[in-house]
Amino acid sequence: MKRRDIVQKLGFSALFACMAANVLFLGGIIFFIAARGLGAINWAFLTQAPRDSMTAGGVAPAIVGTFYLTLGAIIFALPLGVACAIYLTEYSPKGWIVNLLRISINNLAGVPSVVFGLFGLTVFVKYAGFGVSIVSGSLTLGILALPVIISASQEALVAVPQSIREASLALGASQWETIRKVVLPAALPGILTGVILSIGRVAGETAPILFTAAAFYVRGYPDSPFSEVMALPYHIYALMTEGTHPEEQTAIAYGSSLLLLGLVLSVSMVAIYIRGRQRKTYNA
Amino acid sequence: MHNADTAQRLGAEGFQPSLVNGPVAINRNSLGEADVFGDEPKISAREVNFYYGSKRALNGINIDFRPRRVTAIIGPSGCGKSTFIRLLNRMNELVPGSRLEGEILLDGLDILSPACDAAELRKRVGMVFQKPNPFPKTVFENIAYGLEVNGVTDKHLIEEKVVDSLKKAALWDEIKDRLNDSALGLSGGQQQRLCIARCLAVSPEVILFDEPCASLDPISTAKIEELILTLKKEYTIVIVTHNMQQAARVSDITAFFLMGDLIETGRTDNIFKAPRDKRTEDYITGRFG
Repeated sequence: MKRRDIVQKLGFSALFACMAANVLFLGGIIFFIAARGLGAINWAFLTQAPRDSMTAGGVAPAIVGTFYLTLGAIIFALPLGVACAIYLTEYSPKGWIVNLLRISINNLAGVPSVVFGLFGLTVFVKYAGFGVSIVSGSLTLGILALPVIISASQEALVAVPQSIREASLALGASQWETIRKVVLPAALPGILTGVILSIGRVAGETAPILFTAAAFYVRGYPDSPFSEVMALPYHIYALMTEGTHPEEQTAIAYGSSLLLLGLVLSVSMVAIYIRGRQRKTYNA
Repeated sequence: MHNADTAQRLGAEGFQPSLVNGPVAINRNSLGEADVFGDEPKISAREVNFYYGSKRALNGINIDFRPRRVTAIIGPSGCGKSTFIRLLNRMNELVPGSRLEGEILLDGLDILSPACDAAELRKRVGMVFQKPNPFPKTVFENIAYGLEVNGVTDKHLIEEKVVDSLKKAALWDEIKDRLNDSALGLSGGQQQRLCIARCLAVSPEVILFDEPCASLDPISTAKIEELILTLKKEYTIVIVTHNMQQAARVSDITAFFLMGDLIETGRTDNIFKAPRDKRTEDYITGRFG
């Protein structure tokens, strides 16, 4: 074998090893969480409230809390983010200001989530007076989701061919009609993909709700947007750091982790499916 | 050179300041030979200069487009022919930093005046683009779109118009069973005829074709050309093409652009048989371009 063939073989072997390590880590996470959590999951776990100081019962209030927080975040961030993306891509004059805005938005996505949490505590909980509540948590999570939604929407809008914008304008449509009736429908699958990915992100975040919404234990289910709630990610954190029965609590924490992982993964699957369908529409 | 100068100078003499509210007298000799067609011009460009930023793309263009005639604009790549045709429905004002000087009159009214609404203008002056650009919607929705944005709500009228437009675009027989299928599933040639049908649906008076066959095979091209010959009975047609045979086949009048200048305009047979300008001759005999 020639020397360069050997080098090539070594090179590709090294690449394969790196890939295999990645698969191992990802597979390992799913395997360990599943192995330890599967035993905890049953119908009662999904439908009942915790009992006996967190050592028995289920996590239903945390599931409900995560659902409310995520829903609230998306209701807040979706219209705001999409509107912002439309303005930036379709309407605003191109130039350094828009580029600066785009860079800032992308940087916002890199801000540590605990910083968003502190911001939420100061602005929503204290200053706006919403208290530690679903509203405060949702708004904080919504701000966290905004950069993801804006970026995804911008990408989806830019991917809409300029030629169909021209086609619409050439028929006597206004720019507004063109955006509303041609560009947005064509970009919708891409925007939805961004939304769904941000749902995954929001549902799994702990730090932003730490000071703004979550409680270790709340009796019953939230009855108003201004209630404190339990939430899955925080529940896991609390089970592992507080309480007096570490053994039992750890088992429940793994069960909750598996549940959260399953939720986030299935949401991502939906995003991948929708994105695939969008590609089909364009390439038909 | 001499002849081109004459044509330009005559064009300049034919120039009359327009009144926004009324038709202007047009010097019928401004186009030399093209005037054998006699009709009042549908569109007249007067001393049109166009700039992309500081780069000048068109130099003092004077040209008339006659109703129920096909005018072909030919010239090598980058000569300004596409830039020019996109001025006629004001599509080029979407280009940031572009600037237009001169006058473009549609039935004697200046389309560049603030009184002229771009959307209204584009309804009257339709456009078919270089690449077929159907919306990612159904065949029916594609054609109905123009009617809807122009305020037609009567479902029967829309249906009638859709069928009518497809028939006019010689597409009805091929796709009458596929009205609710995605337009993106049609072949390239069918898509382009769909775009023509979409344009016809809003009842334009002028149709601008910007290299409509550039991405099509010869059979689809032949169909589009045939269609253009049918459509000219009712519409004023301007077609930009880099294909000289196509210009010869479909047009009554040919205009030759070179580096932002209009070199020569005349009856198509004359332009191809006996061009007055040396540069036109060089181009059509294939010496450059």
